[in-house]
Amino acid sequence: MARIGVFTCWCGENIARNVDVQSVAEQAAQLPGVRCSQTHKYMCSDPGQKLIRDTIAAERLDGVVIASCSPHMHLKTFRKAAEHADLNPYLVEMANVREQCSWVHSQRSRATAKAVDLIRVAVAKVRHNRALEPIQVPVTRKVLVVGGGVAGIQAALDIADSGVPVVLVEREPSIGGKMAGLSETFPTLDCSQCILTPRMVEVAQHPNITLHTCSEVEQVEGYVGNFRVTIRKQARYIDVDKCTGCGQCWNACPSKKTPSEFDYGLGKRTAIYTPFPQAVPARPVIDRDACLRLTKGRCGICVKKCQADAIRFDDQDELVSEDIGAIIVATGYQLYEIGKPDGQGRVTGYGEYGYGRYPDVISSLQFERLVSASGPTGGEIRRPSDGAVPKTVVFISCVGSRDNAKGLSYCSKICCMVNAKHTMLYKHKVHDGQAHVFYMDIRAGGKNYDEFVRRAIEQDGAHYHRGRVSKITQEDGRLIVRGVDTLAGEPLTIAADLVVLAAAMRPATGVEDLAQKVNVGYDEFGFLCESHPKLRPVETNAAGVFVCGACHGPKDIPESVTQASAAAAKVLLMFSRDRLYREPEIAHVQESACAGCFACRRSCPYHAIDPAEIRDRQGQLVRRVARVNPGLCMGCGTCVALCVSKSVDLEGFSEEQVYAMVESLR
Amino acid sequence: MPQDLSLDTVEELAHARVQDCYQCGKCSAGCPIVERMDNLPNQLLRLLQLGRIERAAASAAIWECVSCMTCTTRCPKAVDCAGLLDALRQLSIEHGFASPAQRRTILFQRAFLDNIRRNGRLAELELVRQFKMQGFLDDLSVPQLFKDALLGPQLLRRRKLHLRPRRVKDRKLVGRIFARCQANGEKP
Amino acid sequence: MEIGYYPGCALHGSSNDYEMSVRACLAALGVRLRELDDWICCGATAAHSLNHKLAVALPARNLGLAERDGMEELLAPCPMCSMQLMKARRLLFANDALQQEISAIVELDVRGTTQVCNLIQIFQQVGYERIQQAATQQLGEFRPACYYGCLLTRPPGVVQFDDCEHPQSMESLLSELGAAPVEWNYKTECCGAGMTMANEATVLELGHRILSNAAAHGANCLVVACPMCHVNLDMKQAAINQRYSAEHDMVVYYLSDLVGLALGLAPAALGIPRHFVVRK
Repeated sequence: MARIGVFTCWCGENIARNVDVQSVAEQAAQLPGVRCSQTHKYMCSDPGQKLIRDTIAAERLDGVVIASCSPHMHLKTFRKAAEHADLNPYLVEMANVREQCSWVHSQRSRATAKAVDLIRVAVAKVRHNRALEPIQVPVTRKVLVVGGGVAGIQAALDIADSGVPVVLVEREPSIGGKMAGLSETFPTLDCSQCILTPRMVEVAQHPNITLHTCSEVEQVEGYVGNFRVTIRKQARYIDVDKCTGCGQCWNACPSKKTPSEFDYGLGKRTAIYTPFPQAVPARPVIDRDACLRLTKGRCGICVKKCQADAIRFDDQDELVSEDIGAIIVATGYQLYEIGKPDGQGRVTGYGEYGYGRYPDVISSLQFERLVSASGPTGGEIRRPSDGAVPKTVVFISCVGSRDNAKGLSYCSKICCMVNAKHTMLYKHKVHDGQAHVFYMDIRAGGKNYDEFVRRAIEQDGAHYHRGRVSKITQEDGRLIVRGVDTLAGEPLTIAADLVVLAAAMRPATGVEDLAQKVNVGYDEFGFLCESHPKLRPVETNAAGVFVCGACHGPKDIPESVTQASAAAAKVLLMFSRDRLYREPEIAHVQESACAGCFACRRSCPYHAIDPAEIRDRQGQLVRRVARVNPGLCMGCGTCVALCVSKSVDLEGFSEEQVYAMVESLR
Repeated sequence: MPQDLSLDTVEELAHARVQDCYQCGKCSAGCPIVERMDNLPNQLLRLLQLGRIERAAASAAIWECVSCMTCTTRCPKAVDCAGLLDALRQLSIEHGFASPAQRRTILFQRAFLDNIRRNGRLAELELVRQFKMQGFLDDLSVPQLFKDALLGPQLLRRRKLHLRPRRVKDRKLVGRIFARCQANGEKP
Repeated sequence: MEIGYYPGCALHGSSNDYEMSVRACLAALGVRLRELDDWICCGATAAHSLNHKLAVALPARNLGLAERDGMEELLAPCPMCSMQLMKARRLLFANDALQQEISAIVELDVRGTTQVCNLIQIFQQVGYERIQQAATQQLGEFRPACYYGCLLTRPPGVVQFDDCEHPQSMESLLSELGAAPVEWNYKTECCGAGMTMANEATVLELGHRILSNAAAHGANCLVVACPMCHVNLDMKQAAINQRYSAEHDMVVYYLSDLVGLALGLAPAALGIPRHFVVRK
C-alpha cells in the first residue's frame, strides 16, 4: 500500500497553538508511502470533509491518516467521509494530536516533533490495514424489561404499543413499584395511584406484554439481538388462572402478624395476601415464611374458603426461557437504611436520630403511607406510637445523602421536593399543626418546582431551618429534636410529635448481581453506568442493554418516565433494521494453527469463545479448536496476548500492524 | 515568637482540613454548651474558611468548648471541629487575645504538662498549687485563688489527698521524652 | 486470669476510691492485676491539645513497657487513659515511620501489640453470665442511670466497643445483676471532664442537666466508669445544688461498686464511704 493521504487539523487554535501544523504537514509528506499531506482549520467541518473526499478521489488514495482529535470524537465522521469517496472506511486511521499532544504539552517544538511521531506511527499502521466489512447479526424482536415500577411500566407500554412484544419481569407480587405506595406527587399534588393504576391495568391487559411477577432474572446468555434469558418464577402457591381475586382467602387467614412490606412495617398483613387493593395482577400470593400450613403443616383455612380451588401448597419455583433482542433495566431504588443494627449492639447509620428506637421517628416513604387513603390509618395522619394526631412534625433532609461519614456522598435529588410536599399534605390534613423542615440547601430545579417549595413556605406556613439535626431524644412521649438554624445563628430545639427522615435513594438490592449478568458497569454505590452522561444517557456499554429510572441514579417520576420512553425509543430504533451491524474489529482464530488449549476461552471476559469441532469428510472428530462468536467479541485482545500458538489475532489491530507501529519509531 | 495567624497554621496544629466543612451546622446543633457561645462552632469554621483567623481566635466561644468531641464524632464530613478549636485556643494565647479567665484553660493544661514533665505522673496538690499561683499572678483574682480551698480538708478526710505523691523512678527519661517532642517544632 | 494494669494518675490520686473498687471487685472475680512497672502519665487532654507528638509519645512509652513485660492486654480503668492508649496504639500500628520515630523518642521498641481495654470490656471478658453466677446479692433496689460520658464511646473509630449514641453495655451487665437501669437521654452528654479546675461554671451547668435528666427518668443513682465524671457529678454535686438552688441527692457509683456489692463485698472495701454523696 503506498498511496496514503495525511490530513492534519488545526482544530481552530486547539492544535495549532502548541503544534506547528504546517511543519507537521510538510514532515508527514516525507514519510514512506505518503502520497500527499494537507491541513485544514476544521477537518471535521463540511469543507474539511470535502477536502478529504476530493483528495481521496483525485489522488486515488488507498489509505488515510487524519491527525486531529481523539477517535472517540470523530473516527466515525472521517470513516463516513472515506466511504462516500468509495474508500473502505477501515482504511482510515487517526493520530490523536490534540488530547495526547497539543493539550498536554506546552513546548511548541517538542509538541510538533511528537505530533510527527504520532502520524508516523499511524501511517505505519495504515500501510498494513485491510479492508473490512461490518459484522451483521440477526435480531429477535422481543424486549425484556426488568422491573415493574413506573419506569419499567412506561418503557414496556411504549414498546408494546408499537407492536413489539415485551416480557416484563417484577420481583414483587405486584407491579407498581415505589410509586404505587405514594400518596400525592409533586409539584401538582395529583394522586399517585390515580395516575399509575390505569397504566398498571393497561400492562395487565396488553396483548403484547407477558408479565412475570414474583420473578427474577436468573441467567442471561447470548448477545445483542440474540439474548436467551432464563427467568425464575417463585412459587406463588396460587393458580393464577383459576383464582378470581375474590378475597375470601385473605379475609380468613389466621396468620395476621407479618409487617406489611407495602406499608413499610406500619401495618400488618396476612400470610396469604395481595400487597394492596389495586395490585396487578389482582391475585394473592402466599408468604412461605409466614403461612402456618407451609411452616408447621397446620391450617389450610384458605383452601376451604377458596371456591375456585386455586390454592397450590405444592407449587414449585419455575424456570422460564425467553429469546430476547434487547434488555431494559429499570430496577429502581430502595431507601438508605437509617439505623441498621450491626448485630453487636451497635447501630450503623444514624444512631443519634433514634430510628428503630423511637416509633414516631419514621422515613419519608412511611409518611407517604400515613397520608395515603389506602394506608394503615386510612389517610388520617396518626403517629405510630399512640395513634395521636401529631401537632408538631419535623422533617429532616439529607439523611444518608451528602453525608460522607455515615452514608453516601451524593445528593438524592428528590428529597427537597418530597419534604415540601409532605409539609403541604400535612398542613392540608392537620390545619392547626406546624411543620418544620431542617435542610442544608433547597434543590428544587425543575419545572414549577421552586414555586412549589415557596408555596409550602409562604402559603402553608412550613418553617424552614437551615441546618442539620444533631440528636433526637424522647422526653414524656415527645421527640426532642436538637438542631440549629444557621441563618439565625442559633441552636434550635423543637419538641415534636413526629419526625420524618428523608432517607437517601440507593439502588435496589441485587442490582449488582443483575448488572454482572448483563455485563453493565456500576459505580461505587451500585448505580448502573450509562454509556455517555450527555449523549448516550440510556445506553450502556453492553450492546443491546439499556437503563432507565432510579437504578441509574436518583431521580423523580417525571425524569424516570422520560428516560423510560427514551430507552424504549432506542430499542425500537435498534429494531427498525432487519439486521444489526457491529464493528468488525474483533478476534479471529486461525483454526489450522489452534492447539485447542482454550486458555483464550477461560480468560475471555465476554464469554465470546466457544469450542468448535473439526471433522473430516467421514464425520470423524479430528480435533477441537477455539472459535470466536462474532456477536459477543468486543475486540479487547486478551486472547491474543494469551495464545501460545499465536493463532488468534485481532482484525484492525493485528500483530503485524502493531509491530509495524513500534518499528516505525526506531 | 507567636505562630502566624494563618489558615495553614490552624490546619497544621489541628491536623484538620477546613474547606471540607459544608456548613451544615450539625456541630452547633449537638454542642452541649452552644448556648454559652458568642459564635457557634459552624460560624467559627466559616470564619476560618474566609481566612478571618484573628476573628475566630479572638472569639470568646473557643474558651467555652469542653472538648467532648460530639461535634467531631457526628460531623458528616469528618472535620475535626474540636481539634480546630484546640488550635484556635493556642493561637489566641500566643497572640494575647484571651482574657485572664479564658487563659485559665490553657494555663491549667500547661501546668498539667509541666507537672508531668517533672514528676512523670500527676502530683495533684502540686498542680493545684502551681495552677492557682500562676492564675493569681495572671489575674490577681483573690476569690479564684481561694475557691475550692474548702475541698482540701474534705478530700483529706476521705483520704483522697496524697500529700507526698508517688513519683516515677526514671524521671530524667520523662524529661528527655518531653524535650524530643518539643524539639520537633511543636509547642509548648 | 491475669491482666496488665495501668492505674493512671487519677486512680493513684484523688480518685483512689475508684482504684479500691476496681481492685476489690476484680479480685473477687479472680482477675489478678499486674501493675505496669514505672508507668507514666498518658498526657490526657493537655497533651492532646498542646502537643500532638507528646500525645502519642506518652501513651506509647506505657505501651512499650507493657510489650517489654509481655503483657497481652492492659486494663486502664480511666477512660481518658484507655482512649489515649488505644489511640496511640492505632496510630503506631498503622504507620511504620511513626513507630520508628516514637520508639526512638521513648527509648523503647513500641509496636502496638498490647491490647488496651477499659473496665466495661474487662467485665465483658469475664462474662456477664459468670459474674451473675458469682453474685450473692440482688441489686433490685437500684435504678441506675448508666452514664458513659464522652470518652467511653468517643471517638467511635478509636474505642469501638459499644454504640456511640445509645450504648447498652453497662445496662446489660447491671440488669443481669438484678438492677433496673432506666432509659434516659444524657448517657453520652459531656460532664465537662477536665474543665473542673479551669471552667467551673460550665461543669456545674452540665452536671446539673445530667443529674436532672437522670432523676426525671426515675433513676435513684448514677453509675459511671470514669474518675472525672465521678468528680464532676459527686464531689461537685453540693456546688451544683448551691448554684442552681437544686436538691440533687444522687449517689454516684463506679460500675465496679455495684458489681462489687452484687458480689457481696462490703461498701467500705469498695471505697464507697469516700464518696461525697452517700446513701442515707
